[in-house]
Amino acid sequence: MADAAFHIVDVSKRYGPRWALARLTFSLERGKSLLLTGHNGSGKTTLLKILATAMSPTLGKLTVLGHDCHEGREPIREKVGLLSHASFLYEDLTAAQNLVVLARLIGMTDGEADATADAMLTRVGLAKRRDHPVRQFSAGMRKRLAVGRLLLKRPELALLDEPFGELDPQGIGEMEKLIAELAAQGTTLVLATHLVDQGKALTTERLHLEEGRRVEARA
Amino acid sequence: MTPAETVAQAPAVTTARPVRPGLFACTVILLRKDLLLEWRTRARLNALVFFGICTLLMFSFALGANAMALREHASGYFWLAILFASVLSLSESFRVEQENHSLDGLRLAPANGRAIFLAKAIGNTVLLWGLGAVLAPLSIAVFDLRVVMSLFTLAFIMLVGSMAISAAGTFYASIASNARARDVLLPILLFPVLVPVLIAAVKATTMVFEGDPMNQMESWLTLLGSLNVIYWGLGLVLFPRIIEDL
Amino acid sequence: MPSWVPLVLLLVPVGICLALPFKRDLLDKVWLVLAAEAVFGIGVGTYLALFSVPPERDMGEVVRIFAAHVPQVQNALLAVVLNFGCSLWFLIRKSWVADSLAESSAEVGLYLGAVGTALGAIWAKPTWGVYWTWDPRLTSAAVMLIYYAGYLALRRFTDNPDTRATWSAALGTFGIVIPVTVYKSVVWMKSMHQVQSSPETVYPQLVTAFRFSAIGFLCLMIVFIYQRYRIAQEQLKREVAPPEALGAPQGAA
Repeated sequence: MADAAFHIVDVSKRYGPRWALARLTFSLERGKSLLLTGHNGSGKTTLLKILATAMSPTLGKLTVLGHDCHEGREPIREKVGLLSHASFLYEDLTAAQNLVVLARLIGMTDGEADATADAMLTRVGLAKRRDHPVRQFSAGMRKRLAVGRLLLKRPELALLDEPFGELDPQGIGEMEKLIAELAAQGTTLVLATHLVDQGKALTTERLHLEEGRRVEARA
Repeated sequence: MTPAETVAQAPAVTTARPVRPGLFACTVILLRKDLLLEWRTRARLNALVFFGICTLLMFSFALGANAMALREHASGYFWLAILFASVLSLSESFRVEQENHSLDGLRLAPANGRAIFLAKAIGNTVLLWGLGAVLAPLSIAVFDLRVVMSLFTLAFIMLVGSMAISAAGTFYASIASNARARDVLLPILLFPVLVPVLIAAVKATTMVFEGDPMNQMESWLTLLGSLNVIYWGLGLVLFPRIIEDL
Repeated sequence: MPSWVPLVLLLVPVGICLALPFKRDLLDKVWLVLAAEAVFGIGVGTYLALFSVPPERDMGEVVRIFAAHVPQVQNALLAVVLNFGCSLWFLIRKSWVADSLAESSAEVGLYLGAVGTALGAIWAKPTWGVYWTWDPRLTSAAVMLIYYAGYLALRRFTDNPDTRATWSAALGTFGIVIPVTVYKSVVWMKSMHQVQSSPETVYPQLVTAFRFSAIGFLCLMIVFIYQRYRIAQEQLKREVAPPEALGAPQGAA
C-alpha cells in the first residue's frame, strides 16, 4: 500500500438522512492522475474533502500518502493541497499577505515566506496586484490566488475541485497548462470537473460517481 | 502562470519540507495574522470604541442624571460596556474566518487547532484590554471617580477580566458563527457563563475606586484567576473538537 | 410518621438507575412503576404539606410551597449535571444514546427549573414583599434557564445531526460552570436566600412532606427524561440514515 497516493475502503459519509458517499472503495497510485466526474450532488466534493481530511468519513477506512486518517490528520494535511469552491482567502489581507500567512504556517521563515510569496504571485500572474486586498479581486483573480496558495504548499497530492470554474477561456487554458505541469512534476492529481474533455486530456484514470457510488462512465 | 517560471521552480515532490512550527510559534503566526486583519480594518475598530463609549453614556440616560447613583455603579457600567462590545468583536473575528471558509484553510494548512484558539482568544484579549484602556479614563472623568488604589491594579483587573471574557467568548463565537441566528445565539450562550466574571470584575473594580477596607481584593482576583484557568482549559480542550468533524 | 419513612421510597429510583448500565432496556418495563411512585410521592407530599403541617411562625402558610419549590429546583440542577455527564460521554465516545439523553435532560431540566423558579417567586411575594428580589441565587438560576434555552435553540438551528451533537456536547460540557455559579453565587454576593436548603434549616415539621415530594419529583424527572429520550431516538431514526441503508459492501474494484 506504500505506493498508493490514497486508498479508501468502504468509505461512507452521511449528511443527516442522506448518504453522500456510500461504501466507496478505490485506490490511486502515486504519480497517477484521476478524473472525478458525476452530476451535482453525486459526492465529488465530499470525496475530495474527505481525502483532504477537511471532514471525516462517517464509516470506512482511509489511508492517504501512507498515513491512516484515524492516527492523526496533520501528517496528511502537510502533503495534501485542496483547491476548493471556497478560496480560503482573507478578504481584508492583500494577495501577498494571504500567501505569507500560509508560507509561515508550513514552516518558512519570514524572509523565505516573502520571497516565496512574490515568486508565486508572479507565477500565477498577480505580481501587479501584490498589495491589493483580496476584496477588490474579481472571481478569476481569486481563483488564481487560490491556485497560488495550493502551489505554495508543494503538495504531493493535489485535489482540484472545479479548477476551471469562474475562469475565462484564456484562464482555462492557463489552468490546463498548470495542471499538466503539476502532473509532469510527479504530483498525484485528483481533478473533479464538469468539463469532461479537458479533464480527460489531463488525466490517466477515471472515477464516475452517481449518488455516492462508483459506476462505469457512459461517455 | 508562465511556463518559464515553472521550470525555475524546484521539483514539487522531492524537496525536503521545512519543519512545521510548534504550538507556540504557530500561535504567534496566527496572532500576527489576526492583529494584521484588525489593523487593516481599523475603521471597524474605531466603531467598536465608539460603541463602547455610547453604551457608557447611555447608562446616564437610563438612570437619569443622578450623579450619586452613577458614581456608585460606575464599575458595573464599565464592565457592561466591555461585555456588550465583546459580543461585536468576537462575532466579527469569526465572521472574517467564515467569509471564504478561511478557518478550513487554516486547519488544512495545517495549523494546530489549539493554536487557532489561543491566537483568537489572545487577539480578543488585546482588543478588549485596549478598549478598556480607552473607556477607563473616560469613566473616571464622566462618573467623577476617585482612584483610591493604583492604576496598575486597575489595569491588572482589566487584563484578567478581558482574558476570561475572550476565552469563553472565542469558544462560543466559534459555535455560534456557524449556526443560523448567530447574532442572537452568541449573547444568550455567552452571558450566562460570564456571570461570575462580571460579579468578580465589578467588585474588584469598585474597590479600586472606593477602597478595600475588608481586604477582599485578593479573593476576587483569585476567583477571576481560577475562572481564567477553567475557561482557557475548557477552550483548549474543546475548541479543536468544534472546528473539526463538521 | 417518622421522617425516615419516605427515604425507603428512594430505594426504587436509585436501584433502577444503578441497574440501568447493565440492563439498558430496563426502563421500557419499569417506567410505569416509577410513574406510579411519582404520583404517590408527590400526592402524599402535597397532602402532608397542605393539611398536616402547621403554619410556620415567621413565614406562615406560604412555607408549604417549599415542598414543591425546593425539589423541583434540586431536580433541575440534577438534570443539568446529567446533561454535563452525557455531553462528556458523547465527546469521549460518539454515542447517540448520550446525545439523546443530553437533549432530554436539558429540556426536562429547563422545565423543572422554570416551574421551580416561578414557585420561588410566588413564595417570595408574601415573605419578602416582592416577586423578584435581585437575590443572586434566584438571578443566576434564571440565567441558567436562559443558557439551556440557548442550548436547545442551537440544537434547533443546526440541521446536520452529527454537527449538532458535537456542538451541543461542547456547550453542555462548558455549561457546568453555570450550576456551580448558581451554587456559589450566594457566597459571592452574600444574599438573604438560605445558604443551604436542607429540610432541617427550613422547617423541621415539613421534613417528611418535603422528602415524599422530593422523591416523587425525582421519579417524575426520570420518567420525563425517559419519555423525552424515546422521542429523541425516534427523531434521530428519521434524521440519521442508518448504515443498513447502504446495502451490501461493493466488491473491491
